[in-house]
Amino acid sequence: MENIRLIEVREEILSDNRDLAREIRETLCRKGVFLLNLMSSPGAGKTSLLIRTLRALREAFRIAVIEGDIDSMVDAEKVAAEGVPAVQIRTGSACHLDAPMVEKALGELDLDHTDLVLMENVGNLVCPAEFDTGDTRKAMILSVPEGDDKPLKYPLMFSICHAVVVNKMDCLPMFDFDLEVFRERVRKLNPGAEIFPLSCKTGEGMDRWIAWLEKAIAESRSR
Amino acid sequence: MHELAVTEGILAVVLRHAAAGGASRVVTVRLRIGGLSDLSEEWLARYFAWLGKGTVAEGARIEVERTPVVFRCGPCDRTFDVDLKAARDFPCPFCGGNDVSLVSGREFFVREIEVM
Repeated sequence: MENIRLIEVREEILSDNRDLAREIRETLCRKGVFLLNLMSSPGAGKTSLLIRTLRALREAFRIAVIEGDIDSMVDAEKVAAEGVPAVQIRTGSACHLDAPMVEKALGELDLDHTDLVLMENVGNLVCPAEFDTGDTRKAMILSVPEGDDKPLKYPLMFSICHAVVVNKMDCLPMFDFDLEVFRERVRKLNPGAEIFPLSCKTGEGMDRWIAWLEKAIAESRSR
Repeated sequence: MHELAVTEGILAVVLRHAAAGGASRVVTVRLRIGGLSDLSEEWLARYFAWLGKGTVAEGARIEVERTPVVFRCGPCDRTFDVDLKAARDFPCPFCGGNDVSLVSGREFFVREIEVM
C-alpha cells in the first residue's frame, strides 16, 4: 500500500470568492462607486429602507440598484417605479449573493455614471454573512418584532456589519424588544458597528442613517 | 443552507493543493470551522461525496474541527469561550463585567489534507 502523506493547506475555504470580491472592491474604488450590501431576514424591511434611502439621496448622487431577492420581480418593479437603473439577479434557489454574481450585475450598470449602488441581498441572515460581495460597506436590517436576541442566533452576520438598522421602531410598545440589551449584544460581537433605530413607515430616525451613509460615501472617495 | 457553495469552495482548494502536491488520491480533508459559522456537517459530507465524483478527492473523508467562540474581558484581559446557542448573556466569568469583546470564532479554512 502506498504511503499516506500530509499536505498542509491552511487556505480559506472561500478564497476564490474572497479574491474576486477584493478585485471588485478595488475597481469600484477606482471608479468612485460606493456599493452598499444590504442584508436582512425576510420581511425586515430591505425594500422599504432601500426606497426611502434612494428618495433621500437621489438629488445628491447618481444611484443604481441591484436586486438579489429570490426570483421575485415585485421588488425590482418597486425600484423601477422610482426611475433609477435596476438590475435583477435571478438567484433562483441560491441563498446568497456571491462575488461572481455581483460582478456580472455590475457589468450591466453604467458605472462611469454611477455614484452609489444599493444592493439588496437575499433575505437570509446565515449565508450572505459568509460570502464577500466586493461591497464598500455592509449593513443589515433587523426589525423589532424579530426580537433582541437575534445577535445570539446569527452572530456571524452581526460581527461583519458596519451598520445595523433596527426597523419598525414604531412597533416598539407592542413587543418585548429591549434596545439597550440589543445594543450590548451587538457591541460585544462588533464594537465598531453603528446602530440605527428607525421606522421606514414613519420616517423617524431616517436622518441619522442617511447621514451615516453620506459620511461613508465621502470617506470612500477621499481614500 | 449554503453548504453546496461552501463545498464547491472546499473542493476547489483541495484539488488545487492535491495537484500541486502530485497526489493521486485524497484520503482525508481536515477543516477548521469557527463556532460563529453555521455549517451542517451532514450536508457537507453529502455534497462532497457528490461533487468529488470523478476527481482525485472522490471518497475522501471530511473531518471538521470546531473552534470555540472566544471573548476577551477588557478589564481582566482574560479570554473565555462562549456557546452562543445556549447563552442568553455572557458576562465575564472572572469579574462578572460586561466589557467583553469578540476575539475569535470566524475560522473557515482547509487545514490539511491526507493524500496518497
